[in-house]
Amino acid sequence: MSSQDTPEENLPAERAADEHGAVRVADEKDPFADPGLPPHEHRIQDIDERAAKRSERAVAFLFTLSMLATIGFIAAFVAIPKDEIVYIFPLGHISGLNFALGMTLGLALFCIGAGAVHWARTLMSDVEITDERHPIAAEPEVKAKVLADFKEGAQESGLGRRKLIRNTMFGALTLVPLSGIVLLRDLGPLPEDKLRHTLWSKGKLLVNMNTNEPLRPADVVVGSLTFAMPEGLEEHDHDFQNEIAKAALMIVRLQPDDIKDKQELAWSYEGIVAYSKICTHVGCPISLYEQQTHHVLCPCHQSTFDLSDGARVIFGPAGHALPQLRIGVNDEGYLEALSDFEEPVGPAFWERG
Amino acid sequence: MKKLSARRRHPLAAVVVLLLALAATGGLYTAFAPADKAQADTSAQSLAIDEGKKLYAVGCASCHGTGGEGTTDGPSLVGVGAAAVDFQVGTGRMPAQQPGAQIPAKKVIYSQAEIDQLAAFVAALGAGPSVPTEEQYSPEGADIAEGGELFRTNCAQCHNFTGKGGALTNGKYAPTLEDVDPKHIYEAMQTGPQNMPSFPDTTLTEKNKQDIIAYLDVVNSDDSASPGGLELGGLGPVSEGLFGWIFGLGGLIAVAVWVAARTAKAKKS
Repeated sequence: MSSQDTPEENLPAERAADEHGAVRVADEKDPFADPGLPPHEHRIQDIDERAAKRSERAVAFLFTLSMLATIGFIAAFVAIPKDEIVYIFPLGHISGLNFALGMTLGLALFCIGAGAVHWARTLMSDVEITDERHPIAAEPEVKAKVLADFKEGAQESGLGRRKLIRNTMFGALTLVPLSGIVLLRDLGPLPEDKLRHTLWSKGKLLVNMNTNEPLRPADVVVGSLTFAMPEGLEEHDHDFQNEIAKAALMIVRLQPDDIKDKQELAWSYEGIVAYSKICTHVGCPISLYEQQTHHVLCPCHQSTFDLSDGARVIFGPAGHALPQLRIGVNDEGYLEALSDFEEPVGPAFWERG
Repeated sequence: MKKLSARRRHPLAAVVVLLLALAATGGLYTAFAPADKAQADTSAQSLAIDEGKKLYAVGCASCHGTGGEGTTDGPSLVGVGAAAVDFQVGTGRMPAQQPGAQIPAKKVIYSQAEIDQLAAFVAALGAGPSVPTEEQYSPEGADIAEGGELFRTNCAQCHNFTGKGGALTNGKYAPTLEDVDPKHIYEAMQTGPQNMPSFPDTTLTEKNKQDIIAYLDVVNSDDSASPGGLELGGLGPVSEGLFGWIFGLGGLIAVAVWVAARTAKAKKS
């Protein structure tokens, strides 16, 4: 909206020629005199009633558009089936319902904001107002009065004189917060030794998570990666998630000559090693296994473990090596655990030691 | 003659006659019909191996050694099988352009016939997985939901939940699985190329592999649906957050600056 469509007589008078641009000689005594506020300038809407009407209509139009968009939102919610997929150019094959709900709700909110901004900028008063600062300190008489009142109150309560009351009151006030602290003890139950034990125990078979069949040594070839869970754990058990979170196992086979760590070799079976799948940093499932380097990478914080050297930490924030499960073969030729993990799996905790 | 006739009632005579008859039948059999066919098969196979050997000497021997025994520049090919050759050469990874953290997929320079000959030669070096047939890797009729579960258990840690790929250590990475030929996906699972572990049929059955291929076919093809709209690479909250911070918040700041920069005054100063 330019000033060209405003009648000449409605424009404000020309400003004094020296108001802008010309440099005035500063006052010798007060070179930084407060220049005060510049004169208020009017908007077109302040001086032209037709322009104000146009702004009013624009604001009303935005608010009406918002109402229509909200109605559109409800209509889309009712009318569009939730699994309908439509093709919309830059976005591809997307849910029609999601698209319609997002667009209408977005438009409804945007129009309210845009209408409010337009209203404030063109129609609400924009006259500059000066509000002077006030000293914060109270008057001396008020200060004196407050202090006198306080002294009088202290004397009347007898707090200084009756020491028994004063001391017992202090005692009561000191003890009261203890109840709150004692209540914290109710947070729990404490994990007891759940963090130290998993479902693995002597004789439990290693069950392939893909086929739900117990594994034989011949199934696991050099360079392969297999995930196993303890026999007896079923996916629909109510505590499956809790148990698998501790017992998840990753099984790889190395050439026995490649195993550098003596204990790892002793706990393996013909080069087959079984390690906890839970990162010792903050417990992410970790199985980004590189079969040539034998490194395992944790996707969360890039901790890297060397499976050929006792799962030693070779990079990243993890504090200790991945726990290894001691495995062997039972009479029927299936892989079995020879004990539980010797140390707690997953991240460190306060009492871990 | 008399001698023979005298022993015709000997307890072992029947056995001797039977053996003679069997030997005659077997001899005649090998001498006639099937002999030609067997001859033809062997020669076609050995021809492919010969051709493959020539191709191998030109394109592969400098790194993998003249007999496929491997050198410091390339691993031994004894026992990798035809499937590994079909994958490596069929996706253009081999022959490698230069050594590095990882050999990338690139333009395929051998024809399928040449790849088959190379595969025949390498397969002859030592027993290994053979190239799968179409009915082994075809996603037709496989269980997609089961495939998704298997993919999340075995593959998603490196290749992302919908096979978009991801980073590994020291410049290595898991490539995206978008538009990868089902045959090559099958071969990769079977042979474990480069740093990828293998998933042999003993731990991930043929049916399991088919299910995984069917799952990828649904979530990771050109026309797979994405109900949420812009996928932003399907990388999860990091790219989504970055998009929100830069474009969402940036857009709001730009609008605020634009609104404040335009004066509502009648006279522009």
